[in-house]
Amino acid sequence: MTDPRVDHLPPEAAPIRTWHLAFRSRNLVIGGALTLVFVLAALISLVWVPYDITRMDIANKIKPPSVVNPLGTDHFGRDILSMIMVGARTSIAVAVIAVGIGMIFGVPLGLWAAARKGSLLDEVIMRANDLVFAFPALLIAIMITATFGPSAVNAIVAIGIFNIPVFARLTRSGALTLWQREFVMAARVAGKGSARISFEHILPNVTNLLIVQGTIQFSLGILAEAGLSYVGLGAQPPTPSWGRMLAESQTMISFAPHMALFPGLAILLTVLGLNLMGDGLRDIFDPKLRRGRS
Amino acid sequence: MTLLSIEGLSLDIHGTAILRDVSLSVDPGQIVGVIGESGSGKSMTAFAVMQLLPNGAECSGRVTLSGHDMLTLPESKLCALRGDEVGMVFQEPMTALNPIRTIGDQVAETILIHEDVSRADALARAREALNRVELPEDRFPLTRYPHELSGGQRQRVVIAMAIALRPKLLIADEPTTALDVTTQAQILKLLERLVREDGMGMLMITHDLAVVSDMADEIVIMQKGRVVERGPSPAIFANLQHPYSKALLAASGHIPDRVTADTGTPLLEVRGVVRDYRLPRKTLFGAPVVINAVRGVSFTLERGESLGLVGESGCGKSTLTRAILGLEEVQEGSIRLDGQPVFDGHTANRAVRRRMQVVFQDPYGSFNPRHRVERLITEPFHLLDTPPKGAERDAAIEEALTSVGLSPSDREKYPHEFSGGQRQRIAIARALIIKPDLIILDEAVSALDVSIRAQILDLLAELSAKYGLTYLFISHDLSVVRSITDRVLVMKSGEIVEEGPTARVFDSPQHPYTRQLIAAAPKLPDTSAA
Repeated sequence: MTDPRVDHLPPEAAPIRTWHLAFRSRNLVIGGALTLVFVLAALISLVWVPYDITRMDIANKIKPPSVVNPLGTDHFGRDILSMIMVGARTSIAVAVIAVGIGMIFGVPLGLWAAARKGSLLDEVIMRANDLVFAFPALLIAIMITATFGPSAVNAIVAIGIFNIPVFARLTRSGALTLWQREFVMAARVAGKGSARISFEHILPNVTNLLIVQGTIQFSLGILAEAGLSYVGLGAQPPTPSWGRMLAESQTMISFAPHMALFPGLAILLTVLGLNLMGDGLRDIFDPKLRRGRS
Repeated sequence: MTLLSIEGLSLDIHGTAILRDVSLSVDPGQIVGVIGESGSGKSMTAFAVMQLLPNGAECSGRVTLSGHDMLTLPESKLCALRGDEVGMVFQEPMTALNPIRTIGDQVAETILIHEDVSRADALARAREALNRVELPEDRFPLTRYPHELSGGQRQRVVIAMAIALRPKLLIADEPTTALDVTTQAQILKLLERLVREDGMGMLMITHDLAVVSDMADEIVIMQKGRVVERGPSPAIFANLQHPYSKALLAASGHIPDRVTADTGTPLLEVRGVVRDYRLPRKTLFGAPVVINAVRGVSFTLERGESLGLVGESGCGKSTLTRAILGLEEVQEGSIRLDGQPVFDGHTANRAVRRRMQVVFQDPYGSFNPRHRVERLITEPFHLLDTPPKGAERDAAIEEALTSVGLSPSDREKYPHEFSGGQRQRIAIARALIIKPDLIILDEAVSALDVSIRAQILDLLAELSAKYGLTYLFISHDLSVVRSITDRVLVMKSGEIVEEGPTARVFDSPQHPYTRQLIAAAPKLPDTSAA
């Protein structure tokens, strides 16, 4: 009756309340809007772009922003707005698949380790995670692409591998606290095995954590792809990529700053948007933080 | 002269009424007990005195503490008063101390904030404060860290922090709720002694009538943000006026009507059970430390009987429960239900497990928040080889919900739509649905308000008569065990030290530990004078 947990435990957020709250969080609204703009740009680019990005127009090269080319043209006379739109597609595809790889392998590993806490299996999984964590992600990505040749696929695989331990660790720590809860004990009393409990009771209750971490990893994936492309190890021409657009504009930055500015802004705003969205989601899912800010 | 006087205090938080027209007063040297159930506003009254209110709080009325009008003082003046004039003791000693600082530093901190003294002087006075709360220097040097102390010792440190500056008023908010019975008795004695020695006033906030009835000079009973009754103790208990206070007193000592259906045939037989835990090695080559959680426990539970298992935290009762439920294997001994072993080889025996269920303590933690009631309470069907389907399943859900006093339409709801007491009913429905023979009640009513607790105890008594259930009632709360069990086991350090009919054990305890437990349990005021 006066148990502090009972007194201060907020009612579990029902779906409707969550949506209602979603619009009260400024971070989430701004972040969501920014993210939406880039997702839309990528989707629209599938059916329509202002100019074909493979068509060069040397006569109109390095034009500053104008009515004809809202974000100007590059050193081959290609429309920068069109390139950013198609580039968004590359970034999003790489990030989605990389986060997907991380979740598909990381989450079950984390659940498994938590279910067998303290066993040899737990140790093996977590120490393998530590091993991956011990190396800087970008360095290994460079190594992989250097060995197997630069390509978007290799970049995705390299970034994806480094997402596995992130999700495995997060899932395990979230799951460990849930395993102590009485409803899990009740499921064990009902004779349910650990695999079944993991998917029926643990996984739905760590989804919040995973969604929040997913948006953060998504933005890191975009950054990593931009970084790899910048050094020429990501998507290969003619596939446009924000990172490579930056690299190509580097030598012309003094007389054509718009060529670097717009892809740079695209990276900045997308990453900012995703991070804000992650923060906003965390506020909604974690009532303790939400209260702290109200 | 009155030390603290609260007159017509009303409090709203974000427009929600929390307190309405609360009046009470504390004189120097007086202990005032504020009693109420959760949501009655008793803690908020204390926070209003300290002006430690959440954002959006609006107070009206008057709060005067030794001449200062607390509601109009600026924050800087309030800071000077907090700790100096008023000390506060919180409920949870585990979280009230900073885990990375020594106890000496933490007690000295209060002194350093309020007085211009050197660190050495402050530490010397911290030492003195710790001595006063009976933490002697040879065993508890100032350099100890909170994690090296037990719950009761930590609570003593919290008290030392509160009294270090000899405040005029001490506010104790549920100071013993998180503690074991024997520790609770010691802490209460200590608080009473300090109050008498220093002539402090004390505002003691609790949900437990028994805790304050024999130490408070005055009692204030609160309900839904209002004071419903106040008067001198213990006289007030003989002459309660308000229906709520009468109901509260009645519920605190509630004894459900029960028919004992003891058949004399053994249902659960526990024989020489031993369970050890191996702690991780502290050093690379050192031998691992082994904890004997349960050492050679034997008892028999007869069909239709209600057996109590009493013990303080760490006595091994939870380990024993898990072993009986087949969640953990035991190293030695056997556990049999109706002659069949709970563990068959190294796997739990399904045929046995489907005949017993459990109800846990925390009504908020025992359900997956994402499932509907229907799915929650049918979880034990997993134990059946052919779980009922369709109309049969619907009938089972309906029967389980109706028998615990809920409506069949509640099956569509989520657990967050229910109150604590209702959730505990859902937990009982979940245990009932596969018609078990044995239900283990693991502190099943400990987290409930007294009035709700009385209802749940009645429900349990009714269900045992209706379905011929056998209960194993595990609790640290002696009054609850006394009211609902036929026989009781007293457990200490992994062993059963006393066993016998409940009335006999409570009236003439044989083992010294049992005597100590019973003596320490707070007693309800005697109302026979009424």
